[in-house]
Amino acid sequence: MSWWLPPRASTFTGPIDGLFIAILIITGIAFVLVEVGLIWFIWRYRQRPGRKAFYTHGSNRAEVIWTTIPAVTMVALGLISNHYWVEIKGRNSIPANAYPIGIHAKQFEWQVTYPGADGKLGTGDDFTVRNQLHVPVGQPIVLSLSSEDVIHSFYVPQFRVRQDIVPGMDIKAWFQATVPGTYELGCSQLCGLGHYRMRAQVFVQTQADYDAWMKQAAQEASK
Amino acid sequence: MTTVAARTQPAPPHHDDRSFLRKYIFSTDHKIIGIQFLFVSLFFLLVGGLLAMQMRWQLGFPGKPMPGGGILPDTMAPGGVILPEYYIQLVTMHGTFMIFFAIMPLLVGVYANFLIPLKIGTHDMAFPRINMWSFWTFLAGGVVMLLSLFVPDGASRAGWTQYVPLSARHDYSGASLGQELWSVAIIFVGLSSILGSLNYISTVINNRAPGMTWFRLPLSVWALFITAILGLLALPVLSGAAIMLLFDQILGTHFFDPTQGGQALLWQHLFWFFGHPEVYILILPAMGMVSDIIANGSRKPIFGYRSMVFAIVAIAFLGWIVWGHHMFVSGMNPTLGSSFMVSTLVIAVPSAVKTFNWMGTMWRGNLKFTVPMLNAVAFVAMFVIGGLSGIFMAATPVDMFIHDTYFIVAHLHYVLFGGSLFALFAAIPYWYPKMFGRLMHEGWGKVHFWLTFLFYNLTFFPMHILGMAGHMRRIYDPTQYVFLQPYQPMNVFISVSAFLLFATQLIFFVNFWWSLKRGQKADLNPWQDNGLEWTLPSPAPHGNWERVPTVYRGPYELSSPEVTEDYLPQTRKLPTDREPAAATAARH
Repeated sequence: MSWWLPPRASTFTGPIDGLFIAILIITGIAFVLVEVGLIWFIWRYRQRPGRKAFYTHGSNRAEVIWTTIPAVTMVALGLISNHYWVEIKGRNSIPANAYPIGIHAKQFEWQVTYPGADGKLGTGDDFTVRNQLHVPVGQPIVLSLSSEDVIHSFYVPQFRVRQDIVPGMDIKAWFQATVPGTYELGCSQLCGLGHYRMRAQVFVQTQADYDAWMKQAAQEASK
Repeated sequence: MTTVAARTQPAPPHHDDRSFLRKYIFSTDHKIIGIQFLFVSLFFLLVGGLLAMQMRWQLGFPGKPMPGGGILPDTMAPGGVILPEYYIQLVTMHGTFMIFFAIMPLLVGVYANFLIPLKIGTHDMAFPRINMWSFWTFLAGGVVMLLSLFVPDGASRAGWTQYVPLSARHDYSGASLGQELWSVAIIFVGLSSILGSLNYISTVINNRAPGMTWFRLPLSVWALFITAILGLLALPVLSGAAIMLLFDQILGTHFFDPTQGGQALLWQHLFWFFGHPEVYILILPAMGMVSDIIANGSRKPIFGYRSMVFAIVAIAFLGWIVWGHHMFVSGMNPTLGSSFMVSTLVIAVPSAVKTFNWMGTMWRGNLKFTVPMLNAVAFVAMFVIGGLSGIFMAATPVDMFIHDTYFIVAHLHYVLFGGSLFALFAAIPYWYPKMFGRLMHEGWGKVHFWLTFLFYNLTFFPMHILGMAGHMRRIYDPTQYVFLQPYQPMNVFISVSAFLLFATQLIFFVNFWWSLKRGQKADLNPWQDNGLEWTLPSPAPHGNWERVPTVYRGPYELSSPEVTEDYLPQTRKLPTDREPAAATAARH
């Protein structure tokens, strides 16, 4: 059991974990300031016989200070976050050389369509596998996400990637895995009574392993 | 005009010849209506808690028979083992009951009703009969929602957010009548809130006592007033959406069905356009009441009164332009995500201002830790955690990772339990004497506070860690996922803490009921406060004042150098005070 973020296995983990840590530091400072302040006040200004509270209605200077500092911090945080948001989810963020994979979600399974030997979806050599997502390492992948019935959500924690899959919409999402291994893909949007078991395995493989797997899987699928 | 007429009407407390039914059941007295809301919503709070306990059993001990679960029918938990279809009903109904039937009516139904006329100095609400209807439509909604648990397919299974098409199509959710009853009950809640909000707004604008200028209003009234505006504008959107959903469910329309040309994201936009102002409906009244209680407990004027008012207004305004932050990964245009992120981050600013002003109020005060004060200070300490954790999910790239995980569950409970409920644990004993004429037991109140504070943090803090690990929300059995199996001990720990937290609430309930009959009798002003309500007998009589009081100052003149005591009531006339201008009085 780790008390930290999951292992890093995609290119998104750098910016996302970095932002997470930055926010943790900012909020950590605010948290300590407020809680230590409260505890100090609780102790220091507790009621004692014979003393009267200091009569004041406030201070405009203090208000200006504690309005400006959070405002500047938040706007700066927004600008930095937006820079990464555009890189990850922006309309033009999908790399031109991304390798296409189709994902069709339905209650309660993942149908993964691979492009076959020609590397293109929507051609005759496409084939579909249930609940298994194989991807080559170091290669940007673009997912075409569609749903049969209700809203599902594509989520692999180690990749820090999530995208809702909405019926009636064709949504694209991309990622690039960096560490070969086996991971889990889970549905993260309540999709019915089988929501909890709507999971698939994700295999990040070297390009050679992936090619070999695809050849074999294509053959099995065509049988 | 209404007030002028009302003021000439004598409202003598001593010859109250209304029948029992008129006095306690179909009452138009704002205080009785407030108390009706209090009893009913405390009951729903208990229901919501019981549902949560069953969820926690399943999460901590998946597949094991629940102790006492044998009484549940086989459609829910055969042999005491919770079924997946029952689990998602628990998820849905816990959220629904807590938000619509516990926290919202406890804050608004109870305290807007009870406090507004008492604190602004008037006999009753502007529209007492509409006010009565507001309670009865709320109760109807609650009863329908409760009954939906017992229909053949069980209650709604689509989460409190009722995302379509899962909620709209019976073949997707597996429930039909339960889903429809959810929509019907929510339409009732919407109606109730609209009627209530109309009343609160009209009353605050028109019925303030002579001398009660806008900037002499207590922050609790400001917060309830702004909340009412949010309610009046937001609830019609929810009701409209619920009507459309009900049409999809029973009349065969396709507003939300993509297979027939409907739009799935339309529901989310409508729901969250209501839903985010709703979040502030659930916290602003808490902030207002905590402000009153902290000033009282610190024996000091509230620090930065005007900036507190402007912060409430700013939060309410910004609350309308942040709804898209629930939808960053929904498939909505990502460019919209950028603007919603900025507005969401900016809303942290007025929240920070409020926190610093509460601290400023305590600074150099003379802090008296009564039960209300303890809970109010805990509100500040816990709301800060909920507020700060919100910044993580406001940042869109981080949200992509933690959205729909237990990090969100932790965040919302730090705001709704750590915030709203602690504020209620402060407000209930604080105004209890004015409601019932007796004080709640102080010692048991402290025991309840400390145990709640402890178990609450043990329950909800570890959820941040689960969320960081990627633990999804609303999953029936986390051990299905290999990467979550190592976290099962933490789920067990959370569940045990939650059971203890629930058990602790029994202390509160017993104290509440016991004090009704046996509590120490309260005099007019047990907390030595300045508000108008403390000039009335405890409990406050029907019609409140025979002659409405005249107000000479704001509500926070504590430890003023003008008098020897450390409080100075709003109605006390000092030689230097002038009578409020006749023109002011005539305007009311």
